[in-house]
Formats: sequence, structure tokens, C-alpha cells
Amino acid sequence: MSTLEITGLDKSFATGKQRKQVLRKIDLTLADNEFVSVVGTSGCGKSTLLSIAAGLEDYDAGLVAVDGEPITGAGRDRGVVFQSYTLLPWLTARQNIEFALKAAGKSGAECRAIADEHLALVNLSDAADAYPNELSGGMKQRVAIARALSYRPKILLMDEPFGALDAMTRRQMQELLTQVWEAHRLTVMFVTHDVEEAVYLSDRIVVMGMGHIKRTYDVPLPRPRHEDITGTPEFIDLQRRVLRSIREQTQETPV
Amino acid sequence: MSSVQNAPARNTPSVSPPRKRGNLFVIGRQPGRRGYLCIAIGVFVILALVWWVATASGAIPKIFMPTPDAVWARLMKLAADGTLWADLQVSLYRISVAFLVSSAMSIVIGVLAGCYGFWKASVEPLVDFIRYMPVVAFVPLTILWSGTGDFQKFLIIWIGTFFQQVLMVMDAVKRVPGDFIGLGRTLGMPDRKILVKIVLPSAFPGIWDALRISLGWAWTWLVLAELVAATSGLGYRITVSQRFFQTDTIIAYILLLGVLGLVSDQAMRAAEKVLFRYNRRRP
Repeated sequence: MSTLEITGLDKSFATGKQRKQVLRKIDLTLADNEFVSVVGTSGCGKSTLLSIAAGLEDYDAGLVAVDGEPITGAGRDRGVVFQSYTLLPWLTARQNIEFALKAAGKSGAECRAIADEHLALVNLSDAADAYPNELSGGMKQRVAIARALSYRPKILLMDEPFGALDAMTRRQMQELLTQVWEAHRLTVMFVTHDVEEAVYLSDRIVVMGMGHIKRTYDVPLPRPRHEDITGTPEFIDLQRRVLRSIREQTQETPV
Repeated sequence: MSSVQNAPARNTPSVSPPRKRGNLFVIGRQPGRRGYLCIAIGVFVILALVWWVATASGAIPKIFMPTPDAVWARLMKLAADGTLWADLQVSLYRISVAFLVSSAMSIVIGVLAGCYGFWKASVEPLVDFIRYMPVVAFVPLTILWSGTGDFQKFLIIWIGTFFQQVLMVMDAVKRVPGDFIGLGRTLGMPDRKILVKIVLPSAFPGIWDALRISLGWAWTWLVLAELVAATSGLGYRITVSQRFFQTDTIIAYILLLGVLGLVSDQAMRAAEKVLFRYNRRRP
């Protein structure tokens, strides 16, 4: 059982003399093994929400708990895949994964085996000894995903991990991610501004307005999912509804 | 008008391609490796020729500017009687000690100031202030404090390089991507470990570059210190030669200093290629 509960979360930044409220009374619970996407326009606070859940940013009020335990900063129970490329450039793909495993206290021999296993998981066994500089953007993010999964966090937090990739690579990455996720179930919070991506990947979609949650949508599409599903009427209909909800100017009355 | 003529003309294939190869007077166009070398060597050769013509023809009196072969002959003579090696040894010793001490100090302090707010607040304003004090003005003071021995040379080189280095090292540390540190945090690494395992290796190429640039300045401060008050060294030889109107020695030593600077710079660049192999693309 791995759940993420966020209750009554407030967050504000200092801008000059004033404080700007970026998150207001956020309540969100991710159930065990649930894949939840958070979508919204840029600047709505979705990335901040993820950073707070990761423990990389503090907050003014509220509670963030993993399996009912309030978090104190970042930790290995939550793996993070960042939007920017965060492979350490002086380490090879394999060494990057081993780096995380060593930090998690695994022994040398174990590290090697687990790293190779996870490189295979993202179809990058051939690139094990390549430096990040020699990898394409998509390959770098695949290694980053492999690294975040390798030390078995309870929850995976992904902050627009495919945001910097071109459309073709992005599609491949989405398919790979669904495959990996369907094989190794895990609680995932996935921040994106791409609605199609959110519908394709998620069990549930959270639409954010400026600093608050507008609405959530369940995604009743069957699994395992393949690319064909993006053409079905159900898919397109849901995608439309989510998009409309993002665009709606009027706020829904808070519950 | 010319821009219209040079615009790619898709419909008229008879027009020759607009990009003329080999025209190096177009912003951003670079010569090949061979072309680059040829141009660079050409400039040196032309300058040497101008020098030779101006002096050998007698247009410039020898006492102001000796001929290139006279300078070469003088350098060979100084090398043969050992003067050159003695001067070189003393100067190399001084710059090595001062530069190593300065670099070690600036790396420790610069990395701390780049990472921790407390050290930044205590170091940065002070360094920024001292940095603008002219090094030359410290020469009389350092002589007053420590005489004219090696220690005074160390001090001048240190004052000249350390304060610049600290700021450059701080900058290299600040350029470490914030998400690298976030990664360390999410892996549960304590700050000290993040510093050693992530910040340092990540900032290392930038730090190395800072050291390479400041080494060039260190040569200047070395010669300055030796010109003003010394009893040995390359700078000392230059001042002494001025008293005896040995222009050939002065010029030989100035050129030698240029070569030394170039060699040390190239050595550090070569080390860069080995140290930061991971930045190179393998075939």
C-alpha cells in the first residue's frame, strides 16, 4: 500500500513586498497504484504542487503524507523525474543508475545487476556505457525514469518529463511508460500540460486552475492501453471535456 | 540590393548557389583546421618579417630594437652560460607555489560561498571590494611587510589571483543546475554528500576553466613583483638589462614569457580534454 495524501495545502511566494498565493487549499489523494495526472495552464501551480510533494519545497499550511506518515523533506520513498535532464554528465548511463542505488545503500554487486535490469526495462541495454552527452533527449529521460524506478520508491513523481521532447519521441516515451507502469504497478503523480498524454496515461486527471483544483476526471479506458486507443470516441470525448475544463474562465464553486 | 541577389532562388536553378565557400569575411564562417593554422602562422611570419626589415635596414637603431637574429643569439648565449635556467627556475618556483596556494584557497572558499548563504554573505562583498584595489598599489606595502624575498612575490601573485579566482569559482558552483541538487535530495543524500558527490564534480569543468584563465594573470603579477624588487628571476633580469641597454635580453625575455604563458595554457587545455572526456562525443 502506497498512498499520497495532500490536505489543505497552502503555498505562497514572496514577490517584492507582497506575497503571491500560488496554491490554495489543495486536497488531493492518490490511491495505491493509481496513475494521476495533473494538468493546467502554465503558471497554475502544478509543478509547485509536485515539488512540494517531492519535499523539495516547503509550504505554508496543510499536510502531505505518504501512507499516512507526514513527510519531512525529500526522501527515497518518492522518486522524481524532472523536466530538465538530470543525468550526471560525468557518469555513464549505468553509473547514473548505480549512483542512485549506492545512495540507497545497495552493495556494489547488487547495484550493477539492478542497474542492468532497469536499463533493459527502458530498452537501453546497448547504451549502458554511453555518457549522457552521447544520448538523445528521449534516451536521457528513459535513463532518468529507470534511475527513479531502480531504488523502488513507493511513489513516482514526474514533472513534465517529456516536455522537452519532440512529438515523435514523446509518443514513444508515453507508450514505453504505460508498458513499464502496467508491468510494475506504482503510485504515480504526473504533471503535464498535454491533455492527450494525460488521458492516455492516467487513471484519473486533475484539472488545475490558478492555484486550485477545478475538477477531477476518472479515465475509464481499459488497460493495457495501446496507441490505437487515442482514436476511439471515448478517448476523444474525454480529451475534449478535459480541455474545455482547462479553458473555462469561470471557477467552479469550491466544495 | 546584394541581399536580394544572394537570397536562395528556388525557382531558378541556373543561379549559382548563394553560399560562396571560403569567404571568411562572413559573420560566423570559420576556416578549416589547416586554413586556421595557415592564417595564424602567416600573421606571426609577417610580424617577424616587418621586425627584421625595420631593424636590419637600420631604420630603427639597434639600441632600441635589435634584429631578430641578435635576440635569438642573446637567448642562446644566456642559455649556454646558465643565466636563463637560473632565472627560469626561480620564477617557476615562485609562480607555482603562489598559484597552487591561491587556487587551493579559492576552491575551498569559492565552493563554500557558492553553496551556503552564510559564506556567500560573508565572502562576496569583501572580495568584490578588495578585487578593485589595484595590485600594483600593494607592492610597496608588501615590501614593507615582508622584504624583497620569495614571500613577497608569493604575496603579490596571491593578491592578484586569489580574489578573482574566488568569484569565478563561486560562479562555476552557482551554474550547477538546481535540479541536480534536487536529485541528491530525493535520493536522501545529506548536504555534505551532495556537495562532494554532485556539486564538486558538476562544477569542476567551470573551476578548471577559471584556474586556466587566472594562470595567465599570475604570470603578469609574477613579472611585476620581480621588476620592482628582486635579486633573481625573469623580471629581475629584464630590469637589470635595461640599466645596461641590453635591449636584446629584454625582448628575448618578453618573448619567452609569452611562450611560457602559451605553453601553460595549452597544457591546461590538454588536461581538460583528458579530465572531461565525458563531454566529448565518441564516434
